[in-house]
Amino acid sequence: MMSATGENNILTTKLSEVIAWGRKYSLWPMPFGTACCAIEFMGAVSAVFDISRFGAELVRFSPRQSDLLLVLGTINYKQAAILKKIYEQMCEPKYVIAVGACATCGGFYDNYAVLQGIDEVIPVDVYVPGCPPRPEQILLSIVKLQEKIDAQARGEVAKDAKRAAPEILYSSKVPTV
Amino acid sequence: MQAPKQMVLEAIQSISPEASLERGQVVAQVRRENLRKVLKACKEDPRLRFDFLMDVVGVDYLGQKPRFEVVYLLYSSATNHRLRVKVRVEEGESLPSMVGLWASADWAEREVWDMYGIKFEGHPNLKRILLFEEFEGHPLRKDYPTERRQKIPKIEESL
Repeated sequence: MMSATGENNILTTKLSEVIAWGRKYSLWPMPFGTACCAIEFMGAVSAVFDISRFGAELVRFSPRQSDLLLVLGTINYKQAAILKKIYEQMCEPKYVIAVGACATCGGFYDNYAVLQGIDEVIPVDVYVPGCPPRPEQILLSIVKLQEKIDAQARGEVAKDAKRAAPEILYSSKVPTV
Repeated sequence: MQAPKQMVLEAIQSISPEASLERGQVVAQVRRENLRKVLKACKEDPRLRFDFLMDVVGVDYLGQKPRFEVVYLLYSSATNHRLRVKVRVEEGESLPSMVGLWASADWAEREVWDMYGIKFEGHPNLKRILLFEEFEGHPLRKDYPTERRQKIPKIEESL
């Protein structure tokens, strides 16, 4: 327990929880932006919505320096292999958010060229619907991912079973700013 | 003085009699065996001078014979005229490549090969331009199923 002066105190916790606390509030996102969802992500990063309130503002453009891959837009068959390679270049632990209808399921591109959802090539932690999603939905997906990282540290969700329980966000309850 | 469009029409009719005005635009329907002769004249005839091949596009008239149509869209920077040259081609038949006449035919013909599977004889590098090499079939053919999916290519194949 903390005293008013903050002296002579001991705080007990589990190492796994400290690590999870550190991970979930310092996600370094890498945007893989191919379409209009990337523009919404720019909105989510910028001042009005401000993704840094959730500790995920340090956007890197190298997969080796990031632990959160945000797939923002349409992925076609020729890009699928590139996306997979970029995912493989990220260090563990790593997380993936599929932002928008295209990354989630191909969107309205039901044709010969477009991958019908990025989960055909890489595992996905959180799916965000919308075409494109509002920035609030992207923020909500970060919060959902943080809850998931926390649950993984507590053993409530298996670490390797990313495919088993992906979060799916629905747009109906999104708060407006 | 003759209207400029009429001059183009008469010049092209002297080479390809089937040329006509379609919705006010000059269109020449030519036979496959005359294609090279007509297009060469379009470029070199002093009355025509079509120095720019803007695009080559394919059309699939599934169920008709011949099945495909290839359209050459020409523009003259000297006279500011435009011309469409259309040729019908059956599945399995090929057309002469126009890379020797206009360098822009290179990529345009590759795209028609990629999407419709129409071969161009004499093309220096007739391989897929937009899709990956392992893609099976030609997706803009009307009998290509919308729901058909391809094998996801490996990175070496996709680049």
